[in-house]
Amino acid sequence: MTAPPARAPLLLGVRHHGPGSARAVRAALAAARPAAVLVEGPAEADALAGLAADPDMRPPVALLAHAADDPGRAAFWPFAAFSPEWTALRWALDVGVPVRFADLPAAHTLAADPTWGDGDEDADDAAPAPDPLAELARAAGHEDPERWWEDAVELREGGGADPLAPFEALAEAMTVLRERHGSAVRPRDLVREAHMRLRLRAARKEFGDRIVVVCGAWHVPALALRTTVAADRALLKGLPKVRTELTWVPWTHRRLARRSGYGAGITAPGWYGHLFAAPDRPVERWMTRAAGLLREADHPVSTAHVIEAVRLAEGLAALRGRPRPGLDETTDAVRAVLCGGSDVSLGLVRDRLVIGDDLGEVPAGAPAVPLQRDLTRLQKSLRLKPEADGRDLDLDLRGGTDAARSRLLHRLRLLGVDWGEPAPGRSGTGTFREGWRLSWQPELHVRVAEAGVWGTTVESAATARAAFLARTADTLREVTDLAERCLLAGLGDALPAVLGALADRAALDTDAARLADALPALARALRYGDVRGTDTAALAGVALGVAERICVGLPAACAGLAPAAAEAMRDRLDAVHTAIALLPDPKPDPGTEPDPKPGSGSDPGPGPGPGPAPDPPSEADAVPGPGLLSDRWAGTLRRLAGGERVAGVVRGRAARTLFDGGLAGTRETGRTMGLALSPAVPPAEAAAWIDGFAGGAGGGLPLVHDERLFALLDAWLGAVPDEVFPAVLPLLRRTFGGYDPGVRRALGELAARGPGAAVPAAAAPGFAAEPDAARADAVLPLLRLVLGPEVPA
Amino acid sequence: MTVSETIAEPGAGVVTDTGPGGLRPAAEVLRPHAEDAFAHELAALAAADDRPRPARWRLSPRAVATYLLGGTLPDGTVITPKYVGPRRIVEVAVTTLATDRALLLLGVPGTAKTWLSEHLAAAVSGDSTLLVQGTAGTGEEAVRYGWNYARLLAEGPGRAALVPSPVLRAMERGATARVEELTRMPADVQDALITILSEKTLPVPELAEEVQAVPGFNLIATANDRDRGVNELSSALRRRFNTVVLPLPATAEDEVAIVARRVDQLGRSLELPAVPDGVAEIRRVVTVFRELRDGVTADGRTRLKSPSGTLSTAEAISVVTGGLALAAHFGDGVLRPSDTAAGILGAVVRDPAHDRVVWQEYLETVVRGRDGWQDFYRACREVGP
Repeated sequence: MTAPPARAPLLLGVRHHGPGSARAVRAALAAARPAAVLVEGPAEADALAGLAADPDMRPPVALLAHAADDPGRAAFWPFAAFSPEWTALRWALDVGVPVRFADLPAAHTLAADPTWGDGDEDADDAAPAPDPLAELARAAGHEDPERWWEDAVELREGGGADPLAPFEALAEAMTVLRERHGSAVRPRDLVREAHMRLRLRAARKEFGDRIVVVCGAWHVPALALRTTVAADRALLKGLPKVRTELTWVPWTHRRLARRSGYGAGITAPGWYGHLFAAPDRPVERWMTRAAGLLREADHPVSTAHVIEAVRLAEGLAALRGRPRPGLDETTDAVRAVLCGGSDVSLGLVRDRLVIGDDLGEVPAGAPAVPLQRDLTRLQKSLRLKPEADGRDLDLDLRGGTDAARSRLLHRLRLLGVDWGEPAPGRSGTGTFREGWRLSWQPELHVRVAEAGVWGTTVESAATARAAFLARTADTLREVTDLAERCLLAGLGDALPAVLGALADRAALDTDAARLADALPALARALRYGDVRGTDTAALAGVALGVAERICVGLPAACAGLAPAAAEAMRDRLDAVHTAIALLPDPKPDPGTEPDPKPGSGSDPGPGPGPGPAPDPPSEADAVPGPGLLSDRWAGTLRRLAGGERVAGVVRGRAARTLFDGGLAGTRETGRTMGLALSPAVPPAEAAAWIDGFAGGAGGGLPLVHDERLFALLDAWLGAVPDEVFPAVLPLLRRTFGGYDPGVRRALGELAARGPGAAVPAAAAPGFAAEPDAARADAVLPLLRLVLGPEVPA
Repeated sequence: MTVSETIAEPGAGVVTDTGPGGLRPAAEVLRPHAEDAFAHELAALAAADDRPRPARWRLSPRAVATYLLGGTLPDGTVITPKYVGPRRIVEVAVTTLATDRALLLLGVPGTAKTWLSEHLAAAVSGDSTLLVQGTAGTGEEAVRYGWNYARLLAEGPGRAALVPSPVLRAMERGATARVEELTRMPADVQDALITILSEKTLPVPELAEEVQAVPGFNLIATANDRDRGVNELSSALRRRFNTVVLPLPATAEDEVAIVARRVDQLGRSLELPAVPDGVAEIRRVVTVFRELRDGVTADGRTRLKSPSGTLSTAEAISVVTGGLALAAHFGDGVLRPSDTAAGILGAVVRDPAHDRVVWQEYLETVVRGRDGWQDFYRACREVGP
């Protein structure tokens, strides 16, 4: 097969990451056997092209360009194994043909507009503003451009005898499209194409006319255009420029699939990879892989299922008039046959196969990732040397450098680079002190390189990783911890993602106990945020939402608990009570749900006052209107204290909390106590109630100091009938036995005074009404002797 | 959307077996079968259809899909859409039948399962009456065969004394049999289908013979996937089916339209007075149902727990109709939140422990803060615990 010289140089228009394009490019290269290959990609990458042939290089990988002095400004050119550009690159390297990158140098791309940043630069190659594929698809009578392209190009295997024919047809179609949309071509494209033409001319001068260019189909007509060197130079003149550095970084299928960042993003990298890699029978192989995956997840999937799925996929393709089953048909068949109609198990196939978990590898010889540079820069500016031997570091978070150091260490920990371990500080445990133990191990360099996939600076990488962790966390607990860590690391940008995940987990968590476990950490995080001056309004909103859900769900969660579980619940009750006291009460508009239009409209807003109800007074009385969180929590406590099926220890603690907070008076508490300690109540239950009411961390001190409390208990104890008393005694002993000896003695003395003296506000026995100053002064000489002579003022 | 057709036709979901004689309905029936009601469309499709047809199919698979999804034929005949929903669902269903696999239509009540199955059978076999209605009392003879005992006693066992089930008749004729509410049948009756579906034969041991299905035989079953206390399909039986899950209406607007239309029809047949401005309340009921069903608020910003009930469109219709009756007979004729609150509560709280928490969380975290929903919040707090 000979390529007529008139056609040289050969322009191969492709769709980025199209396996059919890749196959066609391979065939075309083999047929044309060019003297050199030009590939769309930043011109500076020529020096790095050789690494693509390194045995340790495994796609998906990306060319990463970043500004030398600002690693945050970076751009990516991803390549998968099934990318036509990668195929061309590998073919050229394997055959030993020189290969060049033709696109505008990254120096200009990065200098022009930092927002081109994360890979937007390729957005328009196959799909510029007026989507040329959509145009072509519509012309061919197809609604879905992706599907049309798949049918017309990607699913066709080696159909025609001439491997170059499809490219010619595509070039013609693109030429027509560009003529029609000439004005819509973005200025940036014109500049890029001018540069590509210049590179093409240079290559022709060097290698002759037998050159193959692999570029986005959209650019083919522009490269075929006859322009003058001077015109192209003029377009490129005066472009801003920054010093850039390039390297290869590992990439993932998941990031290839990302719709946002990489413009030419593809929805199904796993499927395309499979189409490219499968030697034959792609549908059968695909179904077998799906079945294997589902079997691993314990779905009963047999070989008979696979057979039926393949039949259904082929039947669907026939019904829809497609040449072969595409992704739509296989997905429909997998859903109907292998997944029993369930979108849940289909989700597994989508996630693991259609997108896939493939992670690329880059040889050790590739230049250092920008993340490492950023880290080195930070280490220098913060005067933190990476030393192998452990050393302790005490940080005062009020200082600028120390706060920055703390943030850096926390961010590195989020990235899995455990340079510092939190250690108890030497000087106190205040919230503005933080202790670390630093130890830089050689493998941490590897960790930094691995973390390079998350971003180019420590901050952006930690943000991206935090958002990822939030998405994939299983339990509410993990997400609350993550939120705390984000605050510690000062990752304000990651907070929305983490808080979104947090709100979702909280809403779906059916266990009020888990919510109760999460709330204290949230309240704590709010306080940290305050110390570090982070904006915590969103966090407060989420914390309030969690508190709200606890108010609703806690009474049900406290019913029918075993003794040990009830004890744990009592502790949670205390923790939640403390945490709720720390939470800011919502402003007039209860912001428990992120309402897009707070307080808008004519509605006066949900206040406890008369709402728009027709007859406010009676309704407002019957139905407690929307109120403050503290009121709602008090209501929950009341429901707990009076709950029939709530465990005794929890009821007692709720009653005590109400009493301490002044929310329940002596009479009400007495009634609650009387009910809880009635003879009809099983003794164990009654003792648990007393334990909840009077036991716990605070010991019996409040009983000693609060006469009202003691009088209540005493009155009840006095009223216990003699025959019941022996049954109650051991239980009371259990509660009171835990007190300090001093408290016990004081209680004993109080009890010895008898119920008559239980209203002794005026005078305790042995005390006069007024202090006797003379007698008090008598002790002073002895004190002077003990404490030493008075220091002269 | 998907349920519109069921709802547009009162009683679409209630199909009665025409009995062993397969009696054709007289001209004036409350509701004619699909193959009679749309006979002209089927005839036009068959005339225009030049694609290959599977054995004993009246139409090619592509024509069946057109019959269900609607379209215009070359001769100008307009085919009305029978199923308004994702095209994919119909294509998978038709292809399943064409590849000789049994089809299982799953979905909550009111997703047009029965409607779709009837029209599939009508288009494929021209006969939608080979129907087994699954209930807890459905016996094996409804799936296999029964006996005419008078004959059995008089003449002894023989083919003449055998009373074939709809499934058996479909096997003999190469037609499409339908099984409604498959999961309501006792498990042992369900399992009688396994041999029929895998071996395509039905042994009759009493006569020492068997009935072998002729090409064209297939089976469409429908089942409710959200109901509790049903007889789950054994994995052996499940394996014989390709499963298609019919979705609920895709958008709130579609659902509001369906509910409003159906409520209007029901209201007229119940002779309720017309409601001046019920759409706002209908929208609210649909919003509540959709949000709880989907587990996320309409603005997509807050996740919610879902209650155990199905909260289908059909239930929204009954809540609104009940509210209308309340408003008409006991209220001032205007549909107010207080009229629908009790109905919504009853639909949402099916499981007293779990659903109550779900409902209260929804009330407190979503309804309470929503603009213009204060009346509704109060009404719910009044009827609620």
